[in-house]
Amino acid sequence: MRIEALRLWLDERLGFAALGELARKKEVPVHRHTVWYYFGGMTLFLFVVQVATGILLLLYYRPSAETAFESVQFIITEVQFGWLVRSVHSWSANLLIATLFIHMFSVYFMKAYRSPREITWVTGALLLFIFLGFGFSGYLLPWNKLAFFATKVGTDIAGVVPGVGHFLLRFLRGGDDVTGATLTRFYGFHVAVLPAITTAVLGLHALLVQKHGMSVPPGVDPATVKRMKFVPNFLLRDLIGWILAIGILAALAAIFPWELGEKADPFAPAPAGIRPEWYFLFMFQTLKLIPAKVLGMDGEVIAILAFGLGGLAWVVVPFLDRAPGDRRRSRVLTIAGVIVVIYVVAMTVYGYLA
Amino acid sequence: MKDSSKDRIREVSNTTKGGGKPRQVSVGRGDCWLHRRSGGARLALSVGLVLLIAVAALAQKKDSCVDCHSQMEGPLAEPVGLMSGDIHKSRGLSCADCHGGDASQDDPMGAMDPRKGFIGKLKPKDIPGFCGKCHSNADFIKKFNPALRVDQEREYATSVHGKLLQGGDGNVATCASCHGAHGVRAVNDPLSRVYALNVAETCAQCHAKGDYMKSYKIAFDQYDKYKLSVHSKALYERQDLSAPTCNDCHGNHGAAPPGVASVANVCGQCHIRQSSLFSASAHKPVFDAMQVGECIQCHRNHDIFAPSDEMIGVDEASVCTTCHNEGDSGHAAAAAMRARLDELGASIQNALDILNRAERAGMEVSRPKFELTEARDGLTHARVLIHSASLDEIDKVIAPAMAVAGKSHDAGRAALSELSFRRKGLSVSLFFILFLAAVIYLKIRQIERRASQA
Amino acid sequence: MEQEVGSKQTSGRRKFLDYLLGTSIGATLVAIFYPVIKFMTPPEVIESAQNSVVAGKVKELAANSGIIFKFGNKPGILIRTPSGELKAFTAVCTHLDCIVQYRPDMKQIWCACHNGQYNLSGQNVGGPPPRPLEEYVVNTRGDDIVVSKG
Repeated sequence: MRIEALRLWLDERLGFAALGELARKKEVPVHRHTVWYYFGGMTLFLFVVQVATGILLLLYYRPSAETAFESVQFIITEVQFGWLVRSVHSWSANLLIATLFIHMFSVYFMKAYRSPREITWVTGALLLFIFLGFGFSGYLLPWNKLAFFATKVGTDIAGVVPGVGHFLLRFLRGGDDVTGATLTRFYGFHVAVLPAITTAVLGLHALLVQKHGMSVPPGVDPATVKRMKFVPNFLLRDLIGWILAIGILAALAAIFPWELGEKADPFAPAPAGIRPEWYFLFMFQTLKLIPAKVLGMDGEVIAILAFGLGGLAWVVVPFLDRAPGDRRRSRVLTIAGVIVVIYVVAMTVYGYLA
Repeated sequence: MKDSSKDRIREVSNTTKGGGKPRQVSVGRGDCWLHRRSGGARLALSVGLVLLIAVAALAQKKDSCVDCHSQMEGPLAEPVGLMSGDIHKSRGLSCADCHGGDASQDDPMGAMDPRKGFIGKLKPKDIPGFCGKCHSNADFIKKFNPALRVDQEREYATSVHGKLLQGGDGNVATCASCHGAHGVRAVNDPLSRVYALNVAETCAQCHAKGDYMKSYKIAFDQYDKYKLSVHSKALYERQDLSAPTCNDCHGNHGAAPPGVASVANVCGQCHIRQSSLFSASAHKPVFDAMQVGECIQCHRNHDIFAPSDEMIGVDEASVCTTCHNEGDSGHAAAAAMRARLDELGASIQNALDILNRAERAGMEVSRPKFELTEARDGLTHARVLIHSASLDEIDKVIAPAMAVAGKSHDAGRAALSELSFRRKGLSVSLFFILFLAAVIYLKIRQIERRASQA
Repeated sequence: MEQEVGSKQTSGRRKFLDYLLGTSIGATLVAIFYPVIKFMTPPEVIESAQNSVVAGKVKELAANSGIIFKFGNKPGILIRTPSGELKAFTAVCTHLDCIVQYRPDMKQIWCACHNGQYNLSGQNVGGPPPRPLEEYVVNTRGDDIVVSKG
């Protein structure tokens, strides 16, 4: 009874009873492809894990070229459970991007971007770029050899963009070369700039998802489809997934701890076999394979422009495939999506084998 | 002649002495001695001057030695070609400056006239004096290179080569044998036959020939042995010019094998620590008394290999047993020293092994690995201290090194036990997590069964 | 009647399940928050790897003398030049890693292993060493001489 009184008291001031009503009303369609609905929430959960472990790490991390590596070394050797927090953070980053890709492609193939969910898709595409930014900026922070050279190569590529390339390179690096200035800048991006942007974009994304509810894929009739209650049925299932994710992260941290490597030395030559993290590998491999000259223009520039155009097309997909009636257009886009997936997977695998 | 104009000039030069800025003073033509001569005298002087210059110019250009000998064939023409890289030639000297004679004369009798000081092909006995004519003359040499030594001839006289030459042996090395006669290059010129990288080959020209050395009853395998040594590898492979070649130990001009009691001093030019440890050790007086060649007794002289722990101890491969026999204190000390080195080496290896294992399993052990280098330094230090022949000295270094190796080993073990603790912790947590997942699943089932029943 | 019994059974089972759910959620939360709290508790050693170290005392280092000190895991050499200036370098010789020393008679840093010589700026000026000694930054804090990496 005391709890009930407390709840009433809080509701009078905060007004969450209305929210509770919405939650109770929320339903999730049940059909062959329902499993893909879990991936959005999983991505969100892993993001929460990242925020939590990230906040813990920044209690000890020091973002300067002289101290960064040593501070990470300190965390994993001296701080209690430091090894766990750090490895979870690194592994969860990779799992997060993996689930993000799955979520994104499942939404694409289920055509959930169709009206009225166009803006939801756009915010989602923006989140893709934001999280790739999180990955790229966070990777440099331990200031080890691999990260240093991966950042060098990655920002070099940014410099190839025609027109704004040089400005972009200097903006990212905090100068002409990758130095301690780059590290501090990336740290700022990673813990302040990107989280702030994420709060806004992710907030909008989640809000819109609540507003429009879950879509049904083509081939399923929204009028007759079975639905389950979000609370507690879907949520409890979500919870199982999240708890298993915790278990997987713990296992990965304990059995495959994330390596620290050697401290970065700007004057040493690049070690052989430098490559970026797996989620950038397909782009990296494409750039490696592109011939020096394509149609008379610099091959690298062509490739980067192509990726840029591809990214732009990806953002505006809902506007390319509006009418549920235009089946041919819809078919073309599905096939295009399949090709993209195959390309990305193939290039990633190739990048690893090469 | 008290000339007023001369006084003027002196005055002017006096005022500019002491480093001041030279003052502009107008000195008129009337002050110049030439212009005060009569016209006829001036003409005569001018013509004479021109003729003098012409003659001098012609005289300089004329080198009949080169003119004739370059036209000849075989050994008579060789010197001309060789001289193109010669350091003497680059300093403006030519054939006649050494061989005497008159290079202005085309006629051979006039050019190679002994009365004009001509010396043709030299007898070996005369070569040191011949070169020494200039090279032992400090006043002369300093005109060309103020830093060049001028005692080579005297040093040579003290050498084995020099003494044999004085005794009438014309087969030994003289200046020309190593430096060449024509085509002599500076010592720091990489093309010189006495450049650091070429010295051994130059000495080997005689010292590696069996039939040549036979009459002197000297071995002729030194060059082959040297090429196997650490010093040779440092010099030829690593291009480390501080590594010794023949002349660094035997001397250049005063070449002689070091006396038995001075070997440690020679090696000690670079190997200071080892040499001073040895000289202070119990071995030195004994070695000297026994006429045993100090360092080279254990390390050999030409085929010096990188030393290894096998050299210490009392087994087959050791050098200690050459003198020490079972039962004497040296034998026991040698055995003990070897045991210490082996123990420390094994301790370091153990620590390294366990740290590598921990690292492969994903643990961060860079710090203990780094600290292990201190132990390795201790081992190097102990190996150097062998030369003191004192077990106590070695123990002073071995003990802390063992402590460090032990600490690193403990760190490795701690890492491995931490690893197993983590894995145990993981299994426990996983148990709870899976349990919770199962319970939630049952809860879902329960809720949905109730919902369908309702 | 049966239904009542049945519902009592399911009610009992439900309570049990809820109990299990509650305790396992609790246990998992503990398993998560225990490491978090431990993590946030400062460890014994509070600073990461030494980048600066107190190498000696100002008053104890006379002019034209030097001492060896421990810098991280490597030896360093701290010298006071004849003119009174404090300088510090790595004490690891660049030839074959022996530990160098200060020679007040030579007014130079010297390596006993092969007679390597370094001048008071750390440059290799004699013998086999191929490279200069890395120099460290020296500051004084009160009576302490603090050496740190540049």
